[in-house]
Amino acid sequence: MPQADALYVNYVPVLLATITGFMMVLTAIIASRLLAPFSAEREKGTTYECGMLPIRRASTNVGMRFYLYAILFVVFDVEAVFIFPWAVTFVGIGQFAYWMMVIFIAILGLGLGYAWKKGALQWR
Amino acid sequence: MGVDLFGFNNVNPWLDAFIRLQLAVVLITVVVMGYTYLERKIVARFNQRIGPQKTGPFGLLQAVADAVKLVGKEDLRPKSADPWTFELGPFFVFIPVLMTFVIAPFMADWNIRLLELGLIYFVAVSGLSIIGWIMAGWGSDNRYALLGALRSVAQSISYELPLVLCVVALAMFAGTYNLGLIVEQQDKVPFIVWQPMTALIFFIAALAELNRSPFDIPVGESEVAGGPFIEYSGIRWSMFQLAEYAAIFVMSIVFASMFLGGYIWPFGDQVGVGLQLVLTGAKALLFFFVVVWIRVSVPRLRIDQLMGYSWKVLLPLTLVQVLVNGLVLVNGWHEVVLLVAGLIGCAVLVTATSRAVERRPRVPATRTAPVMQGEAARV
Repeated sequence: MPQADALYVNYVPVLLATITGFMMVLTAIIASRLLAPFSAEREKGTTYECGMLPIRRASTNVGMRFYLYAILFVVFDVEAVFIFPWAVTFVGIGQFAYWMMVIFIAILGLGLGYAWKKGALQWR
Repeated sequence: MGVDLFGFNNVNPWLDAFIRLQLAVVLITVVVMGYTYLERKIVARFNQRIGPQKTGPFGLLQAVADAVKLVGKEDLRPKSADPWTFELGPFFVFIPVLMTFVIAPFMADWNIRLLELGLIYFVAVSGLSIIGWIMAGWGSDNRYALLGALRSVAQSISYELPLVLCVVALAMFAGTYNLGLIVEQQDKVPFIVWQPMTALIFFIAALAELNRSPFDIPVGESEVAGGPFIEYSGIRWSMFQLAEYAAIFVMSIVFASMFLGGYIWPFGDQVGVGLQLVLTGAKALLFFFVVVWIRVSVPRLRIDQLMGYSWKVLLPLTLVQVLVNGLVLVNGWHEVVLLVAGLIGCAVLVTATSRAVERRPRVPATRTAPVMQGEAARV
């Protein structure tokens, strides 16, 4: 089978799975609309705040530490993108490919060590 | 241009994919019902209770009763909620979970499609669910929901890295990302023997990705009152529940295929479909049982323990595992070296874990002690 055809045949189920998932949720929600009762009670429209009336909207300030982890994650996820193709081909290339990756991971390890030392990994 | 389906040759790929997906959907529905029932029964046994028993024989129809009740329940939406993100949240949580089933090898020739880059596809798509979580949390306009969504994002991205690097380590050992080929290499010895630490870290990271206890602070009922799903009721809430258990199901199949030999170990690929079904099912159920066992045995982690554990323990250990795998494979050493290194790594992991979870929270002792005394004096 030519490569383009193989790609097409392989990823048709992925597209269909997306559509199937969408249809499943949609069907369930429509079924619920038909079956479930509904009353336009005003008090039901308030958000749950353990019995208190909510003050203002919920979109408040967000802790800075979430942001720090997100930045670290981006760095290491890009690293994973480089490791993925290497992982299944390095045996064929030999020692050179392995030691290059050792250097790459060592640099990353230095970065992780720096973040660790600076206290970026500590939740405060 | 066609594909083979159950002995028919040259079937249209769209028809083929459609039929396979419908079978998978039926399977998912049945297994999710079974898993919810089993979880309730197992937890009940651990708590010295009986569990569901009134609905049908041994309470087997409990899941059906729950489904009927949830469909017939009123579907509320807060007045101040953002309608688009609130309504689309369940879709974005459930669709990626269903998409991951494409690569799951249930039995030989019984799968939707074993993609060549199956494991990369799996980690990429399963990470997409988090968009739905944050949509649900943001759209609900509720502080508990927003906080739960933020926690789930922080946890999910932290534990994504050990998970991805475990997949890399295993792919290095197997030489491929195709999950079907990985299973076929395990006809003699399952990979958990040669990669014990990878399997252990993958399991821990999978628990965190699934938001299962002890990594359930995003949905912790006593902290954020249910997390991002707090404002959802009825059918929408049950969509989240369905997605959670379907994710556990696909993760159990993937773990069984990656480390426990899937349908092939220990009897080889020449056995019938029935025995393969029993093997896959038994390994998936073992995974699920351990997940529930941990849920009833281990208390919830604090958020500082949780984030530090992933970045300071799991990530360095998986990086070392990747390097050790590379060293052994590129020099052509015997696999026993990997087994020894993996067992040493497991010992280090257990030690580091116990140290990480026993550390006290960073609260200045001088500030809390007088308060305690004052309260005690008042009593």
